[in-house]
Amino acid sequence: MKVSQIVEPLKAEIVVGEKIEEQDIEGGYCGDLLSDCIANAKEGSVWVTIQSHPNTVAVAVLVGMPCIVVTNYQEVGEETVQRAQKEGITILRTSLTSYQAVSILSSLGIPGTKRRG
Amino acid sequence: MNEDKVLMEIERKIMGGDFQSAGDVSSELKKVLQQVGFPPSFNRRVVIAAYEAEMNVVIHAYRGVFTTKIYEDRVHIEVNDQGPGIPDLELAFQEGYSTAPPHIREMGFGAGYGLSNMRRCSDKLEIDTRVGEGTKVIMDFFLNSDK
Repeated sequence: MKVSQIVEPLKAEIVVGEKIEEQDIEGGYCGDLLSDCIANAKEGSVWVTIQSHPNTVAVAVLVGMPCIVVTNYQEVGEETVQRAQKEGITILRTSLTSYQAVSILSSLGIPGTKRRG
Repeated sequence: MNEDKVLMEIERKIMGGDFQSAGDVSSELKKVLQQVGFPPSFNRRVVIAAYEAEMNVVIHAYRGVFTTKIYEDRVHIEVNDQGPGIPDLELAFQEGYSTAPPHIREMGFGAGYGLSNMRRCSDKLEIDTRVGEGTKVIMDFFLNSDK
């Protein structure tokens, strides 16, 4: 599934999204602790989180996650936007809670994935 | 240790409190490891540990130097910081234990998984710390390990 296909179901605003037509999503991960995410999220996942500071982009890059879904309509600052643009990471922003967002992604057939089994 | 030759050496400065550039050193390292052509699973565990070591300097220390030496069959990382040091290492290794202040935790850092992530992902981990002076972290990653 392409990142562009989850925008409407999530009722999301595209904060950074020049590559949404080409980026593939193979699974999903949800979490707000960066150490947990970097250790357990799998490459190719969409990442659902309430974190929106610039370092989330660094985590997405390090894990190899093409898309961050920022939930609860958290503010996404200019520094985060610039970093995401530079690294080619998509940022979507939604007023849904993380649980609601994950439910929708799950109903679209995106499985929860974890690094190493 | 075998005296194989260093394919590449990277040395970068890290500033304490600089959350804007935090993660840049690890990102650069990831790209270099990919270029060298190590398997993705190996790169991933090096990068996880590197990120945690880098973030520890940003969160806790005043400044640090991050050095990586890449060999044909292993990666050696040293992170040397000037900072508060770690008074109780055993406690610091406990998952969930952290001295990070609330505003750092709100950002999703300081959950107390940094050192255990580093131990889990590295093949060898040494920490030399002096309270009031700083901390030195040495990690080795071997290509032919079971991890």
